[in-house]
Amino acid sequence: MAFAGRRDVPEPPDFGILKRLARDQLIYLLEQLPGKKDLFIEADLMSPLDRIANVSILKQHEVDKLYKVESRPAPSASDQFCFLVRPRIRTMRYIADIVNADKMSGRSRKYKIIFSPQKFYACEMVLEEEGVFGDVTCDEWSFYLLPLDEDIISMELPEFFRDYFLEGDHRWINSVARALQLLNSLYGPFGKAYGIGRCAKMSYELWRDLEEESEGDGQGRKPEIGNIFLMDRDTDYVTALCSQVVYEGLVDDTFRIKCGSVDFGPDVTSSDKSIKVLLNAQDKVFSQIRNEHFSSVFGFLSQKSRNLQAQYDRRRGMDIKQMKNFVSQELKGLKQEHRLLSLHIGACESIMKKKTKQDFQEMIKAEHSLLEGVDVRESTSFIEEHIDRQVSPIESLRLMCLLSITENGLIPKDYRSLKTQYLQSYGPEHLLTFHNLKHVGLLTEQAAGETLTAVESKVSKLVTDRAAGKITDAFNSLARKSNFRAISKKLGLIPRVDGEYDLKMPRDMAYVFSGAYVPLSCKIIEQVLERRGWLGLEEVVRLLNGNEFSVSDSAVEDNPAWESQRVILAVFLGGCTFSEIAALRFLGKERGCKFIFLTTAITNSARMMEAMIEAKA
Amino acid sequence: MSRARADEEEYWHSSKFRAFTFDDEDDELSQLKESKRAVNSLRDIVDDDDDDLERVSWSGEPVGSISWSIKETASSSTSSLEGRDSGLQKGSSSYAAFPKQVSSYSLSSLFKGELCLSLSALSDTGVKNYAPELRRPKAEYKDYSSDWSPKDTVRRMQRGKVCSLERFRSLQDKLVLLDEAVAGHDGNVITAVLIFLKRTLRREILFRELEVRQVALCHLIHFLKEAGEQKLLLDLLRFLDRTEEVALSQYREHLNIQDVEKRREFLKGCIGLPFSAEDTSHIQDHYTLLERQIIIEANDRHLETAGQSEVFRKYPRKASILNMPLVTTLFYSCFYHYTEAEVRMMWKKRRIPDKQYVLTALAARAKLRAWDDVDALFTTKNWLGYTKKKAPIGFHRVVEILQRNNAPVQVLQEYVRLVEDVETRLNLATKYKCHDVVIETYKDLKDRIQLTAYKCKVERGSAEEEKINSILNNMVRNASNPMEELSTCEAACLGVAASERRNCKTQSSANRATLLLLIA
Repeated sequence: MAFAGRRDVPEPPDFGILKRLARDQLIYLLEQLPGKKDLFIEADLMSPLDRIANVSILKQHEVDKLYKVESRPAPSASDQFCFLVRPRIRTMRYIADIVNADKMSGRSRKYKIIFSPQKFYACEMVLEEEGVFGDVTCDEWSFYLLPLDEDIISMELPEFFRDYFLEGDHRWINSVARALQLLNSLYGPFGKAYGIGRCAKMSYELWRDLEEESEGDGQGRKPEIGNIFLMDRDTDYVTALCSQVVYEGLVDDTFRIKCGSVDFGPDVTSSDKSIKVLLNAQDKVFSQIRNEHFSSVFGFLSQKSRNLQAQYDRRRGMDIKQMKNFVSQELKGLKQEHRLLSLHIGACESIMKKKTKQDFQEMIKAEHSLLEGVDVRESTSFIEEHIDRQVSPIESLRLMCLLSITENGLIPKDYRSLKTQYLQSYGPEHLLTFHNLKHVGLLTEQAAGETLTAVESKVSKLVTDRAAGKITDAFNSLARKSNFRAISKKLGLIPRVDGEYDLKMPRDMAYVFSGAYVPLSCKIIEQVLERRGWLGLEEVVRLLNGNEFSVSDSAVEDNPAWESQRVILAVFLGGCTFSEIAALRFLGKERGCKFIFLTTAITNSARMMEAMIEAKA
Repeated sequence: MSRARADEEEYWHSSKFRAFTFDDEDDELSQLKESKRAVNSLRDIVDDDDDDLERVSWSGEPVGSISWSIKETASSSTSSLEGRDSGLQKGSSSYAAFPKQVSSYSLSSLFKGELCLSLSALSDTGVKNYAPELRRPKAEYKDYSSDWSPKDTVRRMQRGKVCSLERFRSLQDKLVLLDEAVAGHDGNVITAVLIFLKRTLRREILFRELEVRQVALCHLIHFLKEAGEQKLLLDLLRFLDRTEEVALSQYREHLNIQDVEKRREFLKGCIGLPFSAEDTSHIQDHYTLLERQIIIEANDRHLETAGQSEVFRKYPRKASILNMPLVTTLFYSCFYHYTEAEVRMMWKKRRIPDKQYVLTALAARAKLRAWDDVDALFTTKNWLGYTKKKAPIGFHRVVEILQRNNAPVQVLQEYVRLVEDVETRLNLATKYKCHDVVIETYKDLKDRIQLTAYKCKVERGSAEEEKINSILNNMVRNASNPMEELSTCEAACLGVAASERRNCKTQSSANRATLLLLIA
């Protein structure tokens, strides 16, 4: 199938439909509240909303004023309020306060809450408790999928990571299942499904459950996507914790790409204002450098500038007619290219400036040592110094987590001293952060297993065997060992260095980490697709704590000639990094297949760490 | 309850679906056929959108398919079925009556074409899920309130429909319902069931049952956290014997206390909480830190407004020190109060590792350009009375910090000279133009070539150039006489500013000692 030699990479399906569907449904919902209305939008929904609709569309549907949820409601004369929100208890209270305040002052209005992507029962309960149930109408905007690019679809649910992996809440699994159902109905049927992780398994099961009820209308249709691979983020934390060095990843780490666009500040634009830039395949310059290792980006950009200069220079010696042609046909394109080039050159400069200030080289060196498992003491003292100098709370945390995961936990002495110094450098309240990190298994102390076993056996005595099994499972998931070293050896994640690794002509996916490490998540996907299942990977699966599956739908016609056989939907539950995307794009090119990414959100190490920090309510 | 129910029943009894009851549920073919007929029969009800009936939606589902039509029906029939837009099905007594919504029928019929199509594809609950109900209308609608099995209840809730949970009254029923919810993998439903259980069970009983249901337990804890039901959360955690979590959860509340005095009081109370021994000391530190900060803050605000202290006049405070980390507070103290012996003593006593102390004090004093303090920070005397420079952090770091604070070359080179690794020393010295250090290092290495090459980096006719020349000459004549070299070095040192002389002496006496060792 997919890997039978190098072939042309299939074109990705058109995901524009998803945007249209979401937009149309939103319009429909707005029309449900006819007449002029004020719209209150949740902050996290603004960027996604921007990508599918604009203010004029909202205005067309009689939205009068726009407000941000959580801001103090301005005294508004409008008779109708519409709230576009995520299903959160906090937000419900905010809305209830507005409604109750109106009631007190004898103001009567119509209120409508539109939940995206779905409504939660707990929210309704809060509305009921606050005495406003009945005063508001509720609706759901099933905006599960936002295509960020031609091959990336995001659910824009960054909270998925914390909710599932830290709190153990399964609230978003239904959303994932419904998203899969929608994709399956539009681009499927997916003939083969692979996956690893508890959440992957549950999402798959719930999705199948939904499909079973839907009368299999996709049967016999020619699919556009033939395979699907689901993976939990906790299968591979290591990759997400590494510093990114492919251009797109670096831009994300440095400037934060939000919903596919980035704000380049004055230091990049070399003017006094910021520019918002959409980063996707349409950007002719960006699309050529996004997947490249940072070291090759400079060369590319300067080559490109020279070409551009040459094209401008052709003007000289043109006669009037040629000049006219040039101006009308080429100049605009050249100007556009010029603008993009100068932006990306500016971004590179800014990245370089920031990174040299932070001893980026030293940090990368320490990371590579950790990945390889050499010079652990040196890396530990590097981290220690990082903390002592108060360099960056997030970076320090990230490095500690990387140390912990690669070493299967910190030795107690180190754990204690690093923790103490961290609390002294960045604030004692991070005690809570450490607790959270320990809970998810990102930053642990070695030999913590004993205490857990004690609790486990105590609980087990209380219950029947079957239930005890479940509990043991639950405990395992809490205290899961990373086993990184063993997995790395088994899968050959650290490439043997013979001579210099040519980052311009990469030979494997390790190029996304300067040739030092093949991302584990991507390696697993590669291996499973190659073997068309988990056969032969038993040991790896065991080290990854199981929960793997591989199912082919016998009802779906399996036609090897179909291009869809070479299109794989890679689903990352808990977030996916640009480095992983770059690595799989590379793999796709090598093997003549196309990866489509579905992720709960784009993530990176900083976002993961921030999700673990406790903020005031 | 139950106007909605009655309405629904009425609907189902009058509808044409009634004819289709299937005994053999497994016969998919017959289901399909029947579904088709159902669709056809529905056309009579919904014949307002004739144009659209032939279309195919994005999901490949023909418009006018069951789900699509029923959606239309649901909104068109006055007795709104449980369409996702209507809150009517909340007939259960636990919910307040919900005002009937304006039927969407008239509106949706306004939107023909693509809009309708997309809606049929998107409206999750509307699309696919009516089929099972069609299949067994009789069985399921005969007695609405009591016929849903726990499994079906969970399924319906997963599809976004509200079901009455009131009839699950026995503990057994409640637990079966909970287990089904957990098996269904939908956290939203699990939480909904838990809210119901929480309302209808004594808490000890609920807690006891949750103890062996870890997944459900996580959901309840998360819900309580989000809903801010702190008291119940603490009770639950205590019941489970999760004492550390009890402590952390209480400690967490300090984040919400703005007033520092209240915060300090609160933290004092946290010291007695059942933390691990290690964490208890962190909490204790947190308390004493804030206590200290409150004192400093009051003191310094006074000093600042009085305008007597020079350092406060020259460097006005940018922010309050309250609630800052310990190291920041240390920096602050080193910046504003370094000379006060009492303050220094206090900091020395704390559990701050040497490294951290030195780094912070260095940064603070360097910022004030107090080079003597910097010097003192690294000077130790050994038992022979020799002074010696020592740093717990590596002198390359020291150089870096000094450089960032724009230290003059004379200061910088002193520390560059102390960098042990020759290569690093050369790099730093070259980078920061500490010519003397470069020259001396090459001399020590006896590297004529590099030394000659370096000549072009220094100013023509400068003291440095002269020095290079004289070294080069000496090297030819007396390369093997270490004492001779030493004197050259000393001579060179004389060129340095007078204030630095003392250190040069130190340096050269250290050199002398090394050389003596070498000779021996």
